[in-house]
Amino acid sequence: MTILEPANVPLLGIPAPTIALIIILGSIAFFTYVMWKRIDLLKRCAPDPRFSDVSERIKMTLLYGFGQLRQPRYFGAGLLHILLFAGFMILSLRSLTLIGRGFSAEFHLPFMTGAIAFGYDAIKDYTVLVVLGVCLIAIARRAIWQPARYAHPGTHGHEGEAFIILGLVCSLMITDMVYDGSAFIPHPEPWYFFPASALAASFMKSASPDTLNSLHIGGYWAHILFFFGLLNYLPISKHFHVITAIPNVYFSNLKHGAIKPVRYGVSDWMELEQCGVNDLTGFTWKHVLDFYSCADCGRCSDNCPANIVGRALSPKMISIKARDYAYQKYPIFGSPKDFGAKKLVGDIITEEEIWACTTCGACERECPIFIEYIDKIVDMRRYLLEQGALPQSLQKPLQQIKKKGNAYGAVKGKRAAWSKDIEGVEVRELKKGDTADLLFFVDSCGSFDPRIQEISKSFARILGRTSCDFGILGQDENDSGNEVRRIGEEGLFEQVSEKNIEAFESRNFRQIVTYDPHAFNVIRNDYPKKFPIIHSSQLLSRLVRDKMLKFSGDYIGGRLVTYHDPCYLGRHNNIYDDPRFVINSIPGLRFREMERCCSRSFCCSGGGIMLWYENEQETQRMGEKRVRMAQEIGAQVIVTACPFCLINVEDAIKTTGNEGRIEVIDLVELADRSMS
Amino acid sequence: MKIITCMKWIPDTSEAELSIASGGKDIKKDDLDYDLNDWDRFAIEEAVQLKEKYDGEVTAISVAPEDAEEMLRECLARGADEAFQIWNDAFEGSDGFVIARALAEFIRKRPFDIIVTGTLAEDDGGGQVGGMLGAMLGVPSATLVSRIEIADGKARFRRELEGGLYENIEMELPAVISVATGLNEPRFVSIRAVRKVASIDIPTVDLDELGLDESQVGHSGSRISVEKVFLPPEGEGAEIIKGSTEEAAARLAEILKEKGVL
Ligand code: SF4
Ligand code: SF4
Repeated sequence: MTILEPANVPLLGIPAPTIALIIILGSIAFFTYVMWKRIDLLKRCAPDPRFSDVSERIKMTLLYGFGQLRQPRYFGAGLLHILLFAGFMILSLRSLTLIGRGFSAEFHLPFMTGAIAFGYDAIKDYTVLVVLGVCLIAIARRAIWQPARYAHPGTHGHEGEAFIILGLVCSLMITDMVYDGSAFIPHPEPWYFFPASALAASFMKSASPDTLNSLHIGGYWAHILFFFGLLNYLPISKHFHVITAIPNVYFSNLKHGAIKPVRYGVSDWMELEQCGVNDLTGFTWKHVLDFYSCADCGRCSDNCPANIVGRALSPKMISIKARDYAYQKYPIFGSPKDFGAKKLVGDIITEEEIWACTTCGACERECPIFIEYIDKIVDMRRYLLEQGALPQSLQKPLQQIKKKGNAYGAVKGKRAAWSKDIEGVEVRELKKGDTADLLFFVDSCGSFDPRIQEISKSFARILGRTSCDFGILGQDENDSGNEVRRIGEEGLFEQVSEKNIEAFESRNFRQIVTYDPHAFNVIRNDYPKKFPIIHSSQLLSRLVRDKMLKFSGDYIGGRLVTYHDPCYLGRHNNIYDDPRFVINSIPGLRFREMERCCSRSFCCSGGGIMLWYENEQETQRMGEKRVRMAQEIGAQVIVTACPFCLINVEDAIKTTGNEGRIEVIDLVELADRSMS
Repeated sequence: MKIITCMKWIPDTSEAELSIASGGKDIKKDDLDYDLNDWDRFAIEEAVQLKEKYDGEVTAISVAPEDAEEMLRECLARGADEAFQIWNDAFEGSDGFVIARALAEFIRKRPFDIIVTGTLAEDDGGGQVGGMLGAMLGVPSATLVSRIEIADGKARFRRELEGGLYENIEMELPAVISVATGLNEPRFVSIRAVRKVASIDIPTVDLDELGLDESQVGHSGSRISVEKVFLPPEGEGAEIIKGSTEEAAARLAEILKEKGVL
């Protein structure tokens, strides 16, 4: 028999090409309208210059967009996604071909003839089976195993969407198989070339020629309808990411560690009507594109320390709530929902959520499509802070920074007091015009917290013993402002950073060095003027390499050591190897990684004035959680490279009853005590 | 509703090492940072919240030297509509009576419904000004108020008493209310918020405008004179407990038992 081709069979007396044309034009018109509405909202949003660095962006897109490089961080789900994504890429040609077949039975894409067509069709057939299999597994995972990260606390009825999409994709595959399988019966080929068609054919073997024709034609039109149905469902559902994820990766943030300005493109933000973001269009267009693009995969929240210890924050829910709000406030059809007095920032995204973030960056590092949270949270904080709604626990320390340049409320003149009685080292306070090779930036914590002063002293001793020519700013040093900026007090950030910049500029040095990753981050990434700066771990590793610094294993003994990556050193500045190198150059030291290490390190609850932040919802301290992780691998010493990590972990060692069993020590102190 | 709030500019002694000034009647204040009295932070917040709730105007006043302009500006940023700075160098050394008198003279010329102050100041802890101000203006006053509601020209207050008791009282307006800390959550004032009110004029008010002369203020106008300010002699009655946490806890328990507390 010869099978009838859809293009040649009129439906209800209407020629097939006419029907195909109506479906295509109708779908494209609808799709264009929806996309236009969605893009229209982006155009109302705040500016965001993401059009430069084209080559870097293309690289990102190839690696993380098409290459899906972040997917395998969750191995099982990642693998499924890669297969599905590859399947979509391969099947896109098939879809174009099928659309053409509505007009002409002979339609094929250019070059898709002969052996190439045969080869492609075979690959396509395998792909159809893979995609179908993946979708069935995905449905089963969601229905039966229900991974916790897919949940939507305070439900917004999105759980069903995943099933609709997966169902549509399955239907696409099945109708494709029916269409090809019915044609396979009269023109069989070896099954291993076309397994999907052969499989479908095996079900239709006994069908009469008329039934086969109906299946062939019915399968075709069903496929076309499912295809355009899916296409049009995407931009109105959470699965918009199928369309927006690649652009989202292309436009991702390339300025790691830095906070965005209050508003791009204004010379004096102080003159703005409003500072910070209190509604959708206050966000930048890229940030709203983020909301569109979130796939609800929950990887961000699964790694968010605030979420894990029970604070009100789940980053994924910020995207979901904001997207729901966007879809309701700027609907495709009908009139906008009236939210009454309910505000996006403050009510829908609550103040508790906004203040609960430690800006650790775990969410951003995890997201497969580079959705950002820190900048958005800081933007919302800027707004809340301007309304005066800063949590009480943070007011005093901020006020102290404003008045005295440090959150401890200590008198400025005492800033260098820690440096006065260190045996064997003289710490120079650099006056204006003085010169030193290294400028040691101590920051407030190292200057005033008695425990952290010990790190300052250790560092001074190392610098002294390795004959480094160094000095400190003393009185002229101000709080670095890392958290001041992240809390949203931009005016105060400008004030402290300007004072520090002035102090830097009036002295001569080759490089700044600091052991505080927060200071390191803000000076390196946020200060409007750039100064060469390194972190103590980088300096120590250089000193070890140059054999200026030699260690003995006496202090550490045979204890098992682990290393806790500080967020602002690791995730925000990609320094993972130097501290490990220094640790492992101590003779006889046994080292073991915690399960969460490097870019998956677990925040100890934040530094700077976040030390003062009190959260009522958390059921355990982040530091305690971290100490238990160290306990799990039997670590006796936790080395870290950040004063705030040290404070938080040291507290947690006490509260988890590990005093005397686990010691936490800064890398600088470890080096100091191990010097031979 | 016309709301007046009185602010005090005090040295921040919390983290500073204090020493006695020559003459022994005060502490050395040159190196200290000054700031708004914390109790008054709650007072200005309450005043602004009353204004937001009942519609009105807030006037912030302080008897304070030039430097204190920043405090009054901060009050404007917090939501006050106008601010006045009363000063003459002769005010140096004034007691609560003089301050209350200066405030009363200034306020007498303006209509008001309610005056909100902090109950105490953190520096001298006198707690006198609110009460005296009420008496001088001939209106009722209350202290340690932890909640204010206003209806039909009357104010209802809640006061927190010892032993966890609450007391509700009612007063005719106008009245002077001295608030307790913690009755609200004072808002934060950002650098930008202060800059926004930078152009508002804060008039200074001198003695003649109050109808007072130099002899009526400062030491000479005061009814209280400080005899001596001193740091308690070290060592007496204080014991610093040393040792590990367990040892320290054991020693502490021992002491408490000895003293019959436990
Ligand atoms: S930055 Fe850290 S704390 Fe903040 S939302 Fe992301 S993961 Fe959570
Ligand atoms: S923000 Fe990224 S990681 Fe988080 S749910 Fe959305 S897509 Fe997943």
